[in-house]
Amino acid sequence: MEAPSAATWRRRRRLGRVGLYTLVVGFALFAAFPFLWGAITAFKADQDLYNRDNNPFLFNIEPTMQHVRLLFEGTAFNTFVWNTLVVALLVVAITLLASLPAAYSLARLNLRWGGAMAIAIFMVYLIPPSLLFISLSRMVSFLGLQDSRWALVVLYPTITIPVSVWLLMGFFKGIPKDIEEQAMVDGYSRLGAFVRTVLPLSFPGMVAVIVFSATLSASEFIYALAFVSQTSQKTISVGVPTELVRGDVFFWQSLQAATLLVAIPIALIFNAFLKRFIAGFTMGAVKG
Amino acid sequence: MAIVEVRHLTKKFEGNATFAVDDLDLATTEDEYLVLLGPSGCGKTTLLRLIAGLEQPTSGEVLIGGEPMVGLPPRARKIAMVFQSYALYPHKTARKNIEFPLKASGMEPGDRAKKVEWAAELLGITRLLDRRPRHLSGGERQRVALARALVREPDVFLLDEPLSNLDAKLRATARDDLKQFQDRVGTTTIYVTHDQVEAMGLGDRIAVMSEGRIRQLGTPHEVYHDPADTFVATFLGSPPMNIVERDDVLVGFRPESLLPKGVVEPDDDAVSVPFSVHRVENLGSERHLVGTVSGIGADTRVIAMLPSTVSVEVPVDETAEFVIRGADLRFFDKDTGGRTARRRL
Repeated sequence: MEAPSAATWRRRRRLGRVGLYTLVVGFALFAAFPFLWGAITAFKADQDLYNRDNNPFLFNIEPTMQHVRLLFEGTAFNTFVWNTLVVALLVVAITLLASLPAAYSLARLNLRWGGAMAIAIFMVYLIPPSLLFISLSRMVSFLGLQDSRWALVVLYPTITIPVSVWLLMGFFKGIPKDIEEQAMVDGYSRLGAFVRTVLPLSFPGMVAVIVFSATLSASEFIYALAFVSQTSQKTISVGVPTELVRGDVFFWQSLQAATLLVAIPIALIFNAFLKRFIAGFTMGAVKG
Repeated sequence: MAIVEVRHLTKKFEGNATFAVDDLDLATTEDEYLVLLGPSGCGKTTLLRLIAGLEQPTSGEVLIGGEPMVGLPPRARKIAMVFQSYALYPHKTARKNIEFPLKASGMEPGDRAKKVEWAAELLGITRLLDRRPRHLSGGERQRVALARALVREPDVFLLDEPLSNLDAKLRATARDDLKQFQDRVGTTTIYVTHDQVEAMGLGDRIAVMSEGRIRQLGTPHEVYHDPADTFVATFLGSPPMNIVERDDVLVGFRPESLLPKGVVEPDDDAVSVPFSVHRVENLGSERHLVGTVSGIGADTRVIAMLPSTVSVEVPVDETAEFVIRGADLRFFDKDTGGRTARRRL
């Protein structure tokens, strides 16, 4: 049999490329489809949406801003967004402040109970929130934080810190000890060496922690539903479904608009940090 | 610039039965190049880290320039250290790496830049200053690490096996560079290595260590020619000193001292021994003859080393008459391994 010529190889490679791109574009459409559908729905007039004969993916009647307006004017959507941002920011800050030193101590200082403590921290994460919130509600009312977004600020770190400690521990262990010791010989304290050498080198891990904590704060539902019922204190994840489903009436268009308005910024942020984010999760995992 | 001294220094790591450093006394002289030599696990790196302040001793004292150092953090000790891995900061350029200790000392940016240029010039790395460590070769990394140590103008340099990451060829030139470097800066240097060639070539004095103790402290000539015990005798030299058991003593002689009769001028105490050769390894510059020597004590497998200038035919599986000069014989106590008085054979 004759060996394939260079032209044949070229053709094969081109065919391979076409196949690959078809697959990728198909997959991207599949993943984006709910959002596209949501985007169309958000601007549909009621008569269009609720008519079964209409194509759900097209505007059969003029699109309308009515429902988006309802979202902003008829609900406390802006407040939800603001609450979510406040909660997310504080949760990220608390998580970093607690998990950076914790992970560093567990990874570096040869503490006698270090291993056991690391496991104990992980165990906390394994208890499902749906069981935990009963006992946590006692603590929340003891702290006088019931029905307040501050309850979420103190509760979410119970989920984010264990994960972050383990993630960062893997990172810190991956950084050669020599580098820190060199910095200590070069004239810095342990803290100074940590801030100047360990932190910059574990930046991808910190990005992973930030993204994880922020998205958890925006998407967590059980605690937010159980501990906050006052509209002015709600975050998006609980505010949107509770305020836009009134009785058995679903405000579909406004719900879709709210979803998109939250999803798009998060998607953009993820995209900007995607490389770092992946490096964060995989490096921590491999070197842990 | 400063004398480093340790007194009764002891370090025991938690969970270890043995001492990493065991009641050790050692003092450098002014501006000396002192090499700590020993097999891995002998405590030489631990000793260096104790001097640097990266480990705290279980007991004992560390003095630099007469000042007690125990309890002080590394940054307060006026030392500079080069790690085996060079420990360059991967996220900083060579320039920033060298500048880093100056920043810690609060030096003005203008002075810092001048200092970096000076060190870079001294080590010939000026054109590499804007590269990051991963774009530097092993030898270049070593120079950057040295420059970083140099700019601090320390009282003491501590070097932890700085050549072990280089390939053999580069190691020879790097060794030369290191020696020139020390000659120029003239600072007390403590150099840790397990490589006897480095130790012999670089050290003003060598401290041979084993099991947390110093077995012998002396010039390269002393530790090689007058080993204090069988450990030093067999650790130094390649191949190591031959040891033959005779009654209550151990008789030692270097492979290069066991030579065919006629090649060497015998002295008064010279011994003539029958040597049956099993195998010859020709290494180019020298020949190693592996065989059994009798007539000194028990029949023992030993190695004779003939320089290539000695062209005597040595047939394999035959016994020939070899000579060891009396001056080349060393005697050790059979129980303790320590040196004992010379005697006639």
